Amino acid sequence: MGVTYLEKFRDPSLAKNLVAAIHKESRSPIRLMEVCGTHTMAIFRHGIRNLLPETITLLSGPGCPVCVTAQKDIDAFVAISRQPDVIVTTFGDLMRVPGSGTTLAGQKGAGADVRMVYSVFDAVTIARQNPDKQVVFCAVGFETTIPTIAAAVLMAADQGVTNFSIYAANKLTPPALTALMTTQGVSIDGFILPGHVSVITGVDGYRSVFDAHKVPSVITGFEPIDILHAVLMLVRQNESGVPALENAYARAVKPSGNPKARAVMHQVFTAGDAVWRGIGLIKNSGMKLKPEFRVFDAGTRFDLNLMDVPEPKGCACGEILMGLKTPVACALYKKACTPMTPVGPCMVSSEGACAAYYNYG
Amino acid sequence: MNGNKMNTENNNTILLDHGAGGKASHALFSKMILPLFSNDYLDREDDGAVYQVPAGRMAFSTDSYVVDPIFFNGGNIGDLAVNGTVNDISMCGANPLYISVGLIVEEGLPIKDFQKIIKSMATAAKRAGVKIVTGDTKVVPRGKADKIFINTSGVGTIFNGVNVSGSRALPGDKIILSGTMGDHGIAILTAREGLMFDGDLKTDSAPLNHMVKAILSSGCEVHVLRDPTRGGVGTTLNEIASRSGVGMTLFERDLPIKKQVSGVCELLGFDPLYIANEGKLLAIVPEKQASRVLDVIRADAFGKNAAIIGEVTDQHPGKVFMETAIGGQRLVDMLTGEQLPRIC
Ligand code: SF4
Repeated sequence: MGVTYLEKFRDPSLAKNLVAAIHKESRSPIRLMEVCGTHTMAIFRHGIRNLLPETITLLSGPGCPVCVTAQKDIDAFVAISRQPDVIVTTFGDLMRVPGSGTTLAGQKGAGADVRMVYSVFDAVTIARQNPDKQVVFCAVGFETTIPTIAAAVLMAADQGVTNFSIYAANKLTPPALTALMTTQGVSIDGFILPGHVSVITGVDGYRSVFDAHKVPSVITGFEPIDILHAVLMLVRQNESGVPALENAYARAVKPSGNPKARAVMHQVFTAGDAVWRGIGLIKNSGMKLKPEFRVFDAGTRFDLNLMDVPEPKGCACGEILMGLKTPVACALYKKACTPMTPVGPCMVSSEGACAAYYNYG
Repeated sequence: MNGNKMNTENNNTILLDHGAGGKASHALFSKMILPLFSNDYLDREDDGAVYQVPAGRMAFSTDSYVVDPIFFNGGNIGDLAVNGTVNDISMCGANPLYISVGLIVEEGLPIKDFQKIIKSMATAAKRAGVKIVTGDTKVVPRGKADKIFINTSGVGTIFNGVNVSGSRALPGDKIILSGTMGDHGIAILTAREGLMFDGDLKTDSAPLNHMVKAILSSGCEVHVLRDPTRGGVGTTLNEIASRSGVGMTLFERDLPIKKQVSGVCELLGFDPLYIANEGKLLAIVPEKQASRVLDVIRADAFGKNAAIIGEVTDQHPGKVFMETAIGGQRLVDMLTGEQLPRIC
């Protein structure tokens, strides 16, 4: 029996060599940000942090889709679930994220019809099976999920599933990187760029951000070998003083990404401003339904009447997502805020930095 | 005459009448339950079971089963309920003897589903060598229960001189897992969500009493026996670590796991350490006996993939750490909340 794909990317001797090379070559202290929550998780699950030399600090970035969903958007999901004859469909992680009041899980407990789905297409199916109900999909996630959501909207339009709608709180990765680089106090010596997102955006998707700020950047996958490889490449870029935009995940990411998926996404959505939880408004970092698809916009279908409520006091999610703080520096961490009683979204999502520190730290 | 009419007329589903204590109830019991469960105790049809109590200590356990869906690959709620209580009693270091069965059925459950469940309960009891000696059936109106809920309770006699408990793990002990992790949880998840994956992934639901008997009669010393059901291996070991006031180190490379299970976990962002098992046990034993206990477990039909997965230490009491396959180290904490699929 040959070595399977996963075993190859978890090979202990390969890992050892990479770790040795990182230790040997890393001299000046550097701060690297793993942009994506899946990377944060993988780094913790494989115990990568304690394999790295003291010179390297890993920071978690704004790439946990649940964590960056604005409180007001969560409030909107909750408000929709309170409407009569509505079925709210959502990815699991979102269920427990507190808005300004309750959570979707709380609503479900109180009798609202909130269902966890694994794919947006399940939501369309539910809509087809329940023609007398309004079925709303809470759309969060980055470039990885947006094309599928767009495809589901096209499918609903095509099949006349008019009781289906989405509340689009999706976000785009490159504008967030630009926002980070232009925020005062943020210092990052290298980006570990998300593999899944890059399958869609391609290497080219980061070109303009890279050209503007010249921060060492490496796209990589989620296996331990992928991550260690990316760290080594970033160490080398820093030590040589020659920043580059490199791809360590060529087995999945093409330079031009997946133009077909992007075409579907742009057929349905157009870029718009979006509020990132803890960070604030980032220009052109969100997705809005194009006018011809606006009938599928749950935000206009329901009269939600939302209020602006300030984010919870003391929660440092925003600073954590920008690499300004680590969870242990938050006064609420492990005290008022635990996975059982999360104050901020970074503690709720399985990909959130606070949850990762708590569960694996 | 009446019995016949009932069978032919009423659409082959369970009706409220079936639990009302009248003729229909009796017909249900005597036609569909008694013949399958039959034994000296139950056949008497008394209000309760009367049996001899052997000298010594006994173990008594109860559990309720509400699994959804009620049928899944490799089993159903019926054998799950029997195996579950058999295993709970076994983990006390006991030999399970008698169990009770309480059925709460939702009106409208197809009779053929009911029969299938009863039949697999009978088969499971036979396989474990336990007798179903008393029971009860209630039918509730549609929507007041979800198809069928089952409670099983049971008693067993504790093997002579045996003293196993979650508080007895000692530094230096080895941790043995009797087979692959997470099979049940992933089988249920794939059945529930209608997810299709390659390969034939079945629940591991199985009686462990024969394995436990073999371990305990091997003459080896055993400190802890536990079945890592809800919360999985990770949660169960955390419970033992804190109750025993010891630390634990697991070795990722030694954890037995089926390729399909790790595949689904990768895909959905689950950690197999927290996925439920229904036919696995954790045995914590002194180091010098570990390889013998491992051999005994491997000789059992349900223990072929058993492995030593870690050791008990005097470091960081109450905490479980894991050496990852690539040589890193991480905490294996208690599971908080439900494991949820990741979204990107
Ligand atoms: S520990 Fe809790 S309160 Fe503090 S930053 Fe994290 S999520 Fe917010």
